Amino acid sequence: MSTAVRDPAALPRLGWTLAALVLLWPLLQLAEFKPAALFEAGNLNAMGHFVAGFLPPETAPDFLALLGKATVETLAMATAGIALAVLLAVPLGLILTRSLSIARLGPGRGGWLGTLIRALARGVLAVLRGVPELVWALLFVRVFGLGAAAGVLALGITYGGMLGKVYGEILESSDARPVRTLLEAGSGRLAALCYGLLPNAARELVSYTVYRWECAVRASVVMGFVGAGGLGQLMDQSMKMLNGGEAASILATFLVLVLAADALSELLRRRLA
Amino acid sequence: MGFTLEGVGLTHANGFRALAGVDMQVAPGERLALIGASGAGKTTLLRVIAASLRPGEGCVRLLDGEPWACSPRKLRGLRARIGLVHQSPPIPPRQRVVTAVLAGRLGQWPLWKSLASLVLPADPQGAQAELARLDLADRLYERCDRLSGGQLQRVALARVLYQKPDLLLADEPVSAMDPALSELTVALLNEEAVRRGVTLVASLHAVDLALRHFPRVVGVKDGAILFDLPAASVTEALLRELYAAEGGLPLAGSVAPDEAPAIVDLPPLRCA
Amino acid sequence: MRAGVSVGALFAVALVLAAVGASFAYLDMPLGALFSGSAVDEAVSFVKRFFPPDLSPDFLAKVGFATLETLAISLLSTLLAALVGALLALPAAGRHGVAARMGARFILNLLRSVPELVWATLMVLAAGLGPFAGTLALALHTTGVLGRLFAEALENTPPAPAEALVGGGAPALASFFYGTLPLVASQWLAYGLYRWEMNIRMAAILGFVGAGGLGALLYYSLSLFHEAQASTVILAMLAMAIAVDGASAWLRRAAA
Repeated sequence: MSTAVRDPAALPRLGWTLAALVLLWPLLQLAEFKPAALFEAGNLNAMGHFVAGFLPPETAPDFLALLGKATVETLAMATAGIALAVLLAVPLGLILTRSLSIARLGPGRGGWLGTLIRALARGVLAVLRGVPELVWALLFVRVFGLGAAAGVLALGITYGGMLGKVYGEILESSDARPVRTLLEAGSGRLAALCYGLLPNAARELVSYTVYRWECAVRASVVMGFVGAGGLGQLMDQSMKMLNGGEAASILATFLVLVLAADALSELLRRRLA
Repeated sequence: MGFTLEGVGLTHANGFRALAGVDMQVAPGERLALIGASGAGKTTLLRVIAASLRPGEGCVRLLDGEPWACSPRKLRGLRARIGLVHQSPPIPPRQRVVTAVLAGRLGQWPLWKSLASLVLPADPQGAQAELARLDLADRLYERCDRLSGGQLQRVALARVLYQKPDLLLADEPVSAMDPALSELTVALLNEEAVRRGVTLVASLHAVDLALRHFPRVVGVKDGAILFDLPAASVTEALLRELYAAEGGLPLAGSVAPDEAPAIVDLPPLRCA
Repeated sequence: MRAGVSVGALFAVALVLAAVGASFAYLDMPLGALFSGSAVDEAVSFVKRFFPPDLSPDFLAKVGFATLETLAISLLSTLLAALVGALLALPAAGRHGVAARMGARFILNLLRSVPELVWATLMVLAAGLGPFAGTLALALHTTGVLGRLFAEALENTPPAPAEALVGGGAPALASFFYGTLPLVASQWLAYGLYRWEMNIRMAAILGFVGAGGLGALLYYSLSLFHEAQASTVILAMLAMAIAVDGASAWLRRAAA
C-alpha cells in the first residue's frame, strides 16, 4: 500500500481499541462481572420464588390503603423538598449572577470581594449537589429520626445545589443589557433583577424547576430505603419479607407515578414554552 | 442495462401529480439527458427508473424484469446494479470521504466486510482511483463536512463510479459546480458510460451541456414527455416551449434556481 | 387578553402555593422541634463526630478500592445500557412497524420507571450480593432512559442518506451503519456521557442495599457509628462526582 493511501486514523484507532480492551479487563474484574451467577441454582430459586409470588398482585383493602397513603406521602415529600430547594437556590443563584454585580460597573472598588463571595457560593453549591440525596437522607435520619422530614431536607439540599447552579447559568446567559442599564441608572439589585432579567429568564427558570420536581418524585420513591418514609419504605419491607404480591403492587404504583409525573411535567413545560 | 417505461404515472402522497403517461424505451449503452424546468418531474422520473419509487400506474421493466414483481432479495440485487447520483449528496457530514465512496459497494459486499470497512477502509486504493478522476485524490481521508458543496457533489459522484453500475443515473450532478468543472464532470460521466458500455441517464439544468454531450435528449414538462429526440433535432422552438414558464433558457453559466445542496444538519442536543 | 393571562398566572401561583402548603401540612414536619435548642445541640455534636475524617492508610486503601469498584460499576453499566438501549431504540423509533414500536416503548418505560435502587434489591436476589448486582441494576434502569433518548434522536434524523444506500441495493443493516449511525453518533455519545455522570452518583449509593461500591462502606461505617470513616467515604464520593463532571465535560467538548 502506498503511503498516500495509508489511513492516517488507523494507528490511533488501533491504539484506542487496545487501550479500551486493556481497561475493560480490570473493570470486569472490579465489578465481579459473572453472568453465570444469574443461573446458579440458589439464585434462580430465590428469584423464581419471589417473581412467582408477583401474581396475583396484593389487592387487600388494608394494603391498598397503606399504598395510597405512602403514594401521597411520596408526592408531598417531593413537593415540599422542591419548595425548600427553591428557597435555598434563589439567593445562591443570585449571588452567582455576575450581571447583577454593582462592583463590576466601572469597575468600582471592592470587586475582589464580590469575586470571593461568588467563588464561595459556587463551592457551597458543588458540595450540596455533589453528595447524593440518599446520603444526605441517611445522615438526616440519624439526626432527626425515621420519617419524611429527613427525606424532605435531603431533597431540599441536593436539589437546592442543582437548582442554584442552573438558576445562575440561566440568568448569566440571558441578555445582560437591560440589567446593566438599570444598575447604571442607580437602581437596586433586586429591582434590576425583577425588571431587567426575570422577564427574559422566567420561563426557562420555571420550566427547569418543573423538570426537577419530576426528578424529585423519582428520588423520593426510594428515600424510604434509608428510612425516610414514602413508597420506598413499603418496598423495602416487602422485599425483606420476599412478599412478591406486595412488591408487584408497589412496582405498578411506581410505573403509574413516574409516567404521570413525566406527563404532567411535559404538559406544564409545553404550556410554558 | 436497458429499460422500458409504459404509461407510467405517479401521484405523491400530498396529491401532487408528478408523472402522467410516461412512455420511454432505452436500449443498453444509450446515453440520454433529461431537461426541463424545475418541478417538471425529472427527479421523480429518475427515481422511478432507479426502482426506488414505485409508480402508481403503468409498468417499469428493467433488464426485461419488472422490479416491483421481484422478491425483495432479487430487487436488492437489481438495485445494486443501478447507481443514482442524488442532487443533494446524501452523505452524513461527519463521515470521511473514503467511507462515503466505499459505501457505493455496500450492495455487493457481504455484511461483515461492510462493517469491518467502517473501522479500517477495505479498499482505499479503489476509492482513491475514482476520486483521482474527479481531481479529489488528496481529500481521501478528509471529513465530508470540511468540503465545499461542489466537492461534496463530486464525492457523491465518486461513490456511484466506484459502484460500477450497469445503469448510471444522475440527478443534476453538477448543480453546485462552476461552468468549467461542470463541463469536465459531464464529459467524465459520458466517457465512463462509453468505456464500460453502460446506459447513462442524466437530468441537467443547463441545456447547452445536455445538447453538447448527449446523443439523445428528452424534454420533460409538467410530468409528461414533451419531446424525445436526437440532440441535433432539438429546435429552439421546442426549447422555448419547454421553458415557457421560466422565461429564458438556463445555460451552464447561469445559476440554478434550485437550492444548493445543503449538508444535513443534526437537531440540537436536548439533554432531558 | 392581558387580564386573562395574569388571572391564569395568579391561579397557577395560588395552586402551587396551596400544593406546597398542603405537602408540609400532610407531612406534619416538626419544623419547630428541628430548630429547638436541644435539637440543634444534638445536631452539632453529631456533626462534630465526623471530624476529623479517618485518614489511616488501611482505611484509605479500602476507600480507594471501593472508589474503583464504584467507577467500574458506573462505566460498565452505562456501556451495557448503551448497547442494549441502541438495540431497543431501533424498534422504538418505529423502524420495524407499529407493533414493535409499541412493544419496545413499553419495555423502555417499564425499565425506566423502576428506580435503580429497586432494581438493585431485585438483582441482589438474582445475582447475589456484590458489585455485579449493582452493575445489572444500573444497566437495567439506564437502558430504559438511554433507549428512549436514542429513539428520539433517531426519529429526528434525516432519512435521506440511509434511503439512498438502500436504493443502491445495500442491506438494511449496512445502510444503518453507513447512513444513519454517523448522523446520530455524536448525540448518542453526549447522552451516554450525561447518563454516566448520573450513574456514578447512583453507583455510590447502591451499596445501601448490598450492591457493592462506596455505598456499602458508608452504610457499614454509619451503622457501626464510625462517623470519622463515614466522612472519608463522603469526601471520596464528592471528589469522584466533581472529577467525573470535569471528565465528561472534557470528553463532550472533544467529541463535538
